[in-house]
Amino acid sequence: MATKKKTDWSKDVFKVLKKADVQQIAYVPDAGHTSLIKMAIADNAIKPVSLTSEQEGVAVLAGAWLGGEAGALLMQSSGVGNVINMLGMANECRFPLLMLVTMRGEWGEFNPWQVPMGQATESVLEASGVIVHRVDEPSEIAETVEAAAKLAFEGGRMVAVLIGQRVVGFKDWTK
Amino acid sequence: MAVKSKTPYTLQRRKVVQRILEDRGDAAVVTGIGNAVHDVASANDDPKNMYLAGIMGGAAMVAFGVALAQPKRRILVITGDGELLAGIGSLATIGVEQPKNLSIIVIDNQAYGATGNQHTHTGRGVDLVGIAAASGFKKTALITTEAELEAELPRIHNQPGPYFAVVKVVSKTSPRINAPKDGTYVSRRFRAAVTGESA
Repeated sequence: MATKKKTDWSKDVFKVLKKADVQQIAYVPDAGHTSLIKMAIADNAIKPVSLTSEQEGVAVLAGAWLGGEAGALLMQSSGVGNVINMLGMANECRFPLLMLVTMRGEWGEFNPWQVPMGQATESVLEASGVIVHRVDEPSEIAETVEAAAKLAFEGGRMVAVLIGQRVVGFKDWTK
Repeated sequence: MAVKSKTPYTLQRRKVVQRILEDRGDAAVVTGIGNAVHDVASANDDPKNMYLAGIMGGAAMVAFGVALAQPKRRILVITGDGELLAGIGSLATIGVEQPKNLSIIVIDNQAYGATGNQHTHTGRGVDLVGIAAASGFKKTALITTEAELEAELPRIHNQPGPYFAVVKVVSKTSPRINAPKDGTYVSRRFRAAVTGESA
């Protein structure tokens, strides 16, 4: 898989997040978010928050908005199962919420344990009131995140961008 | 199993919360679900109160997000033991992040007061103060008497945090208070009051 390509979309997405005035980036790590997390930590204007569980991310970003800032939550599709109850709060309060979800359990997945949550991710998010933008083409990721950020922060909605496993790449444990 | 044996504690939760909030100054307050909402609303329905009336385990992290965005303002969490236990990992996250302006106050009745007074873990050996201290909170306290509460008040409001206190209270339900329930209303009122901008 092309490592350079992967880095490139992360850089463009980071620029989009900066342009959207994102100041808090909360995350539970995923291999697909490695570059974005590094950039968030290296940027003095960004407050990176590493979480024990994704549900904390929905809560901290609710607080960000209540305090006048914008934020984004980075996670893997397996973490979507952990945020559902907390999304009820974001929904009831109509908090803007931007989530970037790297997918597992689909294209070329080798770990059967990832498949159930990966396959349920999109429908579970939609059932919880989240607007879902799915993207499988690397060149379209940044513009998709830009549109999602606008819909979240200006449209005042919960929005998730699902970045397909085909883009993120197969997980290779030998590396 | 419901709580049958009486705890040795005598502090009344509502009086405790009212006393703490008398000295709040311009602090913002985030409540947990259940009795904490009514305790805080009974003191004063301040626009800088965010009542999280329907979520378990989110109050500490919502308050932490506000604390990051509003570093010059004190942010207080008033929540119950059951609510905090549902998001116990938050203490580790906050301990790592070290927000100086965040104080978490747990009103600990050792029971799920809103659902029939069933036991929580805090009456059965789980020490929240110990967990907070081990997670890196700068100052922690266990409060069981009025004198201890009075002594701790300046630290609750001014101690460079993260600060954490458990207040052991009698397990007794207090009357409900008519706090605003609508999430969009309470959150926009809070944001406008805290940021000075219209939401």
